[in-house]
Amino acid sequence: MRAPRIGVLSTGILVSGCSGSQSALNPYGAPAIHVEHLIVGIVVLSGAIWLLVMVMLALALRRGRRAEAEGQTSEGRLTMTVSAAVAVTVATIAGMTIASFYTTRSVGLPQSAAVTITVRAQQWWWQVIYTGSDGTSTFQTANEIHIPVGQDVRLQLESADVVHSFWVPSLAGKQDLVPGRPNDLLLRAEKRGVYRGQCAEFCGLQHSHMAVMVIAEAPSDYARWITSQRANAMMPADPDAASGQATFLAKPCAACHTIRGTLATGTTGPDLTHIGSRQTIAAGLVETTRGSLAAWIADPQTLKPGNNMPMVPLTSIELQNISAYMDSLK
Amino acid sequence: MEAGELDRRLGATWSTPPGLWGALSTVDHKIIGRRYIVTAFVFLALGGVLSLLMRLQLAQPEARFIGPDRYNQIFTMHGSNMMFLFAVPVMQAMAIYLVPLMVGTRHIAFPRLNAFSYWMYLAGGLLLWIAFAVDTGPDVGWFAYVPLSGPQYAAGKRADIWAQMITFTEVSALAIAVEIVVTVFKQRAPGMSLDRIPLFVWSMLVTSFLVILAMPAIMIASTSLILDRLVGTHFFNPAEGGDVLLWQHLFWFFGHPEVYIIFLPAVGMVSSIVATFTQRPVFGYLAMVMALIATGVLAFGLWVHHMFVAGLPRLGESFFTASSMAIAVPAGLQIFCWLATIWAGRPIFKAPFLFVIGFIVVFVIGGLTGVMVASVPFDTQVHDTYFVVAHFHYVLVGGAVFPLLGAVYYWFPKLTGRMMSESLGRWSFGLIFSGFNLTFFPMHILGLQGMPRRIYTYQPEMPWAGLNMFISLSGIILAAGFLLFFIDAIRSARSGPIAPANPWGASTLEWATSSPPPSYNFARLPVVESLEPLSDRADPLGFVEGLHTDRREVLITSVVEARAEARESSVGNSIWPLLAALATSAMLIWSIFTPWAVVWGSIPIAIALIGWFWPKGDPEDES
Ligand code: HEM
Ligand SMILES: [Cu+2]
Repeated sequence: MRAPRIGVLSTGILVSGCSGSQSALNPYGAPAIHVEHLIVGIVVLSGAIWLLVMVMLALALRRGRRAEAEGQTSEGRLTMTVSAAVAVTVATIAGMTIASFYTTRSVGLPQSAAVTITVRAQQWWWQVIYTGSDGTSTFQTANEIHIPVGQDVRLQLESADVVHSFWVPSLAGKQDLVPGRPNDLLLRAEKRGVYRGQCAEFCGLQHSHMAVMVIAEAPSDYARWITSQRANAMMPADPDAASGQATFLAKPCAACHTIRGTLATGTTGPDLTHIGSRQTIAAGLVETTRGSLAAWIADPQTLKPGNNMPMVPLTSIELQNISAYMDSLK
Repeated sequence: MEAGELDRRLGATWSTPPGLWGALSTVDHKIIGRRYIVTAFVFLALGGVLSLLMRLQLAQPEARFIGPDRYNQIFTMHGSNMMFLFAVPVMQAMAIYLVPLMVGTRHIAFPRLNAFSYWMYLAGGLLLWIAFAVDTGPDVGWFAYVPLSGPQYAAGKRADIWAQMITFTEVSALAIAVEIVVTVFKQRAPGMSLDRIPLFVWSMLVTSFLVILAMPAIMIASTSLILDRLVGTHFFNPAEGGDVLLWQHLFWFFGHPEVYIIFLPAVGMVSSIVATFTQRPVFGYLAMVMALIATGVLAFGLWVHHMFVAGLPRLGESFFTASSMAIAVPAGLQIFCWLATIWAGRPIFKAPFLFVIGFIVVFVIGGLTGVMVASVPFDTQVHDTYFVVAHFHYVLVGGAVFPLLGAVYYWFPKLTGRMMSESLGRWSFGLIFSGFNLTFFPMHILGLQGMPRRIYTYQPEMPWAGLNMFISLSGIILAAGFLLFFIDAIRSARSGPIAPANPWGASTLEWATSSPPPSYNFARLPVVESLEPLSDRADPLGFVEGLHTDRREVLITSVVEARAEARESSVGNSIWPLLAALATSAMLIWSIFTPWAVVWGSIPIAIALIGWFWPKGDPEDES
């Protein structure tokens, strides 16, 4: 029991330690870095323009207050000045437009990506589907995307219901997930870490609680993670968890969730095969601990009102055992 | 005829009967305009209260003050209310009041349609707010994206109420647009050729064309949505061959021009105020008019910049980047012309002018951030974040509400016959200006720090709590400024100092008549000989004779040169516009519940329209 707890705790620290990286100003991926350069450039230039206009305004107001100014400015000179200002505006705008086109080019999709992952957004969580290179050995996880550091990753974005938007600002700009119209997004992390993202398009009641974690790790760690995720769920070792599994299969839980290697094959809710190894539950709402699992299962509607998981009545013993079981699914 | 006798006769012909009957049946554009303005400001106050509620909830992470369901209703109500019930109507209402006076005519074109328009607007507003009061307020955002607003994901009547509210406001906005276009083209005072039209009137003319061209798109969108929801069509259902993005195209083809429908009238107000308070005509009249028209045309070429992250083809996005950036050019041109006017003039720092200075400071920021979001890569980071919330409030509040408040201070004497308080005006300007910037500037930073919009709460581990608390506290300063403004306006309307006809020494025609104007606007119709009819001449205005005093006659003039062409009688007071509006409202609301309402509901509408248009016989026939 002990060792895994500590593991969860340390990943928990990782989550909160890195949550500051949900920011376009802390870029750690090539597309986001290019965009950040553009942002800084345009903001500085615009700030200068604003200051310039304010100086002109102040001068005009000051000059006008002095009555003797009357009649000193010829229409011709005013016309010249205004025309010059307009010409400068046109040139600046053209410059910004060109800078924007160049950045667009550099953040486009690569010809070939090392890894392709399908992300299907649902009210209000992320279904993440990994397909092996042979096209068969797929597995699913939820709200958490592991990627290898330093490699181009192509996300195939789909929606199961309404319009959502995939946004992990430290890695790349956002892209909508539109029902009936799959989109692509290039993701690339230059540094190991946990990058938080959040659905950016209003998608209904719990739009606020639709976070996603991108975990960028060394390619070897990534390969190990893939292997472990491909495996079916472990059989519960201790008796509490074993009876938790029995309850899970007997109650409506199994109608909505899959746990590979058991009879639970529901597809409406997230795949729970390795839920104990994920950092958060309920799309970033709380860290995965036995306690938070119990709280969620006991009453999902108070924790995240309106979400699509019903409350399943359980005795307190059943609840304890089920959460022990969930926690053991590493 | 001597002046007193003329006034008495005209008054007898044009005035509105006292009492309730008069109030319900009047078609006087000034009474309706005033009513419209007051109603729109009530909606502004209500929308402001909603924004304070949102800020209360967002002040701290994981606050439990407003739950997700109510919060989603509140931000949807705030957006819909501000756009459809406040910003567009208030600008049109100012036009209803001012345009006939500024072009020197006795009445607006289609006065009964004008009355009808107000009642429709009121009914739409009441529908929305009553629905909200009984917890059935729309909750899918003011942009109501499908499929979230479609039959599958928005059960109940909330989204239908939103769509029908759109229909109400469309009808009223279109009606006013038509009235303004005809009034400006055919009823200008003799001599007011196209190059002598005041800039505010030009701005309302361009705005009215925008309304006429943009509204049909949202009409198609909201009608298709209603059909999807109530009759089971599949316009927006991808499973049946419909298209989700179709909605977004239709919505933004309207939604972007909508911003200019709000902004262009404000530009006109700024020009009026700048001319009066710098004591010289606005520099570059022709350039200003061209800029208005260019903005109006470009406004239709950039709706896609709201959809940069929806996954459209790259090449198309580039086109829309270029056109969105290009609109900064006419905007810049206008700013430079005002600066040149101030430079060459002698500014008088009264409250209306202070609001104009505030407008320039704030709007330039909003314009620059607009250029930023027009860049596709930039937009992929800030779209749907608080950066955009900051940006469009800088444009809407800075670009439209500041000029509007200035305009209220400026035209208050003409609207009410009394002056507002200069010192309270300065205080409310100071509070609103500082409160606004303290509230909205930090939102740019929040957006770049990754805070999405339309969230009812956020977790404590996100680094946003400090700024959010700061923003919420600053919102109180902003609200205090607005409160002061409302207090000043209400108090001054009752007991402010009596205003002379032309308290600011302005030079456009509305100041040629008393404050407030008599029911017939002008005892003698003015003749215009320059762009600044009141300031260029020492002698009194020339005037036209020959209109009947015993019936409501207006002078019709030619489109380009405003040469007198004909006399035409304008209709009198009537209860039928109100009855027609009631019948139409009943049909529209009823149709949320059954399609049969369209069939049965059209019978009362037909009766009301017959009453409205029943031929009375032209008095000309009898004389
Ligand atoms: C009086 C001061 C105001 C404050 C403090 C304020 C505050 C807010 C806030 C907090 C939001 C929600 C942002 C989000 O969650 O996405 C919002 C949205 C909005 N506001 Fe304001 N607002 C004010 C005035 C206005 C005015 C005058 C207008 C229009 C003329 C306006 C138009 C909008 C629109 C269109 C939205 C978007 C609603 C949506 O996301 O569906 N606001 N405002
Ligand atoms: Cu979402």
